[in-house]
Amino acid sequence: MATFATNEFRAGLKVMLDGDPCNILENEFVKPGKGQAFNRVRLRNLKTGRVWERTFKSGESLEGADVMELDMEYLYTDGEFYHFMKTDGSFEQVAASEAAVGDTKRWLKEQETYIVTLWNDAPLLVQPPNFIELEVVETDPGLKGDTAQGGSKPATLSTGAVIKVPLFINQGEVLRVDTRTGEYQGRARS
Amino acid sequence: MTDWRPGADLAALRARAELLATVRDFFARRGVLEVDTPILGATGGTDPGIECFRSHAGRVLQSSPEFFMKRLLAAGSGPIYQIARAFRAEEAGRLHNPEFLLLEWYRPGFDDFALMDEIDDLCAGLMPGFPAQRLPFREFIAGVFGVDPLTAADETLAAALDRHFVAARREADIAELTGGARGVLLDLAYSEAVAATRDAVFVYDFPPEQAALARMRRDSHGAEVAARFELMLAGIELANGYHELADAAEQRRRFEADLASRRQAGRFCPEIDEHLLAALEAGLPDCAGVAIGIDRLLMLILGAQDIDAVLPFSECRL
Repeated sequence: MATFATNEFRAGLKVMLDGDPCNILENEFVKPGKGQAFNRVRLRNLKTGRVWERTFKSGESLEGADVMELDMEYLYTDGEFYHFMKTDGSFEQVAASEAAVGDTKRWLKEQETYIVTLWNDAPLLVQPPNFIELEVVETDPGLKGDTAQGGSKPATLSTGAVIKVPLFINQGEVLRVDTRTGEYQGRARS
Repeated sequence: MTDWRPGADLAALRARAELLATVRDFFARRGVLEVDTPILGATGGTDPGIECFRSHAGRVLQSSPEFFMKRLLAAGSGPIYQIARAFRAEEAGRLHNPEFLLLEWYRPGFDDFALMDEIDDLCAGLMPGFPAQRLPFREFIAGVFGVDPLTAADETLAAALDRHFVAARREADIAELTGGARGVLLDLAYSEAVAATRDAVFVYDFPPEQAALARMRRDSHGAEVAARFELMLAGIELANGYHELADAAEQRRRFEADLASRRQAGRFCPEIDEHLLAALEAGLPDCAGVAIGIDRLLMLILGAQDIDAVLPFSECRL
């Protein structure tokens, strides 16, 4: 893999740092006056999701990370691994571990497309689409006419996720949910 | 699609033209002569922290017009200023463009403090917050890190830097970054202190390691310091000035020390500018000089966050 010097650090560049693949978010070149220059770099650890800043000496370099982000369709789980298929027509499949799926587990729906981050061709991270449509499998019966008032109740979705929904929502309805916040967005347009 | 458009909008281009007109008017009224010296020289500076672009036939794009302007001063030009293109390789970012515009001027008979007064006068006509506060380097650093940078042991300085980064929840391996070298420890401490500035402040009396082209003197505590100053505001270094070193022998020693450190780091070693040394030998008038980054000045006037917004075409649009 190629190495990249601090002056080549750009948002989106994937590098290896302390043994983990990281995504560079921001790189600020710092050099007041004369003398040694530094780079303040914000990174996201692609394994843990942690975002942090590290200061480098300008001119230092890091090894590139063989990381790719691909759109992949979720197929099924065998209880241990979660299987995804490439959407490029190759039907190629990968098996993601529980750790790679992480919190995305509660948004996993068959035939939905996810962003799978591959590191050295192995799934490292699975991210859900920002919005997803899921069916309500369990909630208290809806209250007729209660569309304007506030107030909410818990509802369990087909993936197992529990979110807050307005009182008028019924079991069997399909809802649009923001996976970043877990918030109800409205009824899905059917 | 290829983005062919300029970074600066029309308002920024107008502000840029207006700023240059204001600067020229300021110096015309004060009887300071505008000059223009070559940007393509036979050699460049030796500063280990600055890399020059080298061109065809061994020519060097100047990282500042300083050496040529000093030759004019030694030849009896009197007070001079220049709005010069300057070039520094490997410097690009939110506050840096490899090609930039410097306003540089020299005042025979001024020391660094008299020159700070004149910078206050110039800036007061351009933006609020002037005259700027003045702080010796040791107080500027002590205010952020709680240690005196002139007297603290290297380990004390490194420990203070470490605490600073930990408190800000930012990661920096001080030992790895600095290799324990005092100069780099001071550079890092300084860059952190600059980033924290809000109101305009002149920092003066720099450590001897950072003398660059300034003469040496004793501060009020009797410590040896460099008669150098910088002007900072809103986290941006805007100006760098010196009560200029006029001693040819001392200048040669500093060039040679720079080259030794370049050799050690395996970096390019430029030819020493013998014309400059000959001019100093012939006699540079006692003077102070300063360089202000015009692009950064415009950023501050317009409240721009990125140098790309005040340049027609910055590095990322070439």
